[in-house]
Amino acid sequence: MARAATTTDAFNAVAEPRRREIVAALANGQRSVNELVTALGVPQPLVSKHLRVLREVGVVTVREDGRQRLYRLNGTALKPIYDWVKDFEDLWSERFTRMDVVLAELKETEYGDGSDDDD
Amino acid sequence: MVQMTTTNSAVVTLPTATQILITREFDAPRHLVYRAYTTPDLIRRWWAGERGEVTSVEVDLRPGGVWRYVMVASAGFEVAFHGEYKEIIPNERIVATEVFEGMPDAAALTTATLADKDGRTVLSVLVEHSSQEHRDAHINSGMEGGMQESMNKLEQVALSLA
Repeated sequence: MARAATTTDAFNAVAEPRRREIVAALANGQRSVNELVTALGVPQPLVSKHLRVLREVGVVTVREDGRQRLYRLNGTALKPIYDWVKDFEDLWSERFTRMDVVLAELKETEYGDGSDDDD
Repeated sequence: MVQMTTTNSAVVTLPTATQILITREFDAPRHLVYRAYTTPDLIRRWWAGERGEVTSVEVDLRPGGVWRYVMVASAGFEVAFHGEYKEIIPNERIVATEVFEGMPDAAALTTATLADKDGRTVLSVLVEHSSQEHRDAHINSGMEGGMQESMNKLEQVALSLA
């Protein structure tokens, strides 16, 4: 996959482990910088630095709320990453759907009636 | 981590720059999922998904034993993977190396874990590569989905030239 500079490419921006932690923390909703500092357990300047990179590629957006700045994820910027993984995910979904059929047969052989016998 | 909202989809996440994590819940007890996952005649039935036919499955299920799966994709080309089992705990965990034969330098370490969950079984497959480039290539191969897409594009180009 061709890669651009970190500051222009969402792929590279989220390749950094701390930035992925920030993305994961924001997946549950918007957070202030202080909340992210607490959640990640790293110094505030470092969190701010990573947030700046994520903002530059559009992965997070910020809005002022009184004295604090709230960060949230921007799904549109993450979509290329989702699309990239999706075909791989589809393959595994296909495999597992077929495995369901195999498992239904194994259950029928083992339990005799093939019903939802989950013990 | 992404929550599993349906049981029909595999959930793929990228926990670190060199890892891929594939997760799926099955409505079957652990020992049956293990059987489906490790028995050659059963692997033949699911491993190609909807993308072709499995033509060969070799499984020597013991530490140091080798495995090799081959499929012929719908577009006609052959895709083969092989590796060596490192650790086997029946019905619980399989650790093995994995090499895509089209990219032999990119060996991965794969850990498949089975866990009970409310009478069902959660299968997690963690794929660890030695570099981000290899990890990304693994996803790009999609696996042959990526190649299939390339083939389709090539075909379109060829048709436009005709």
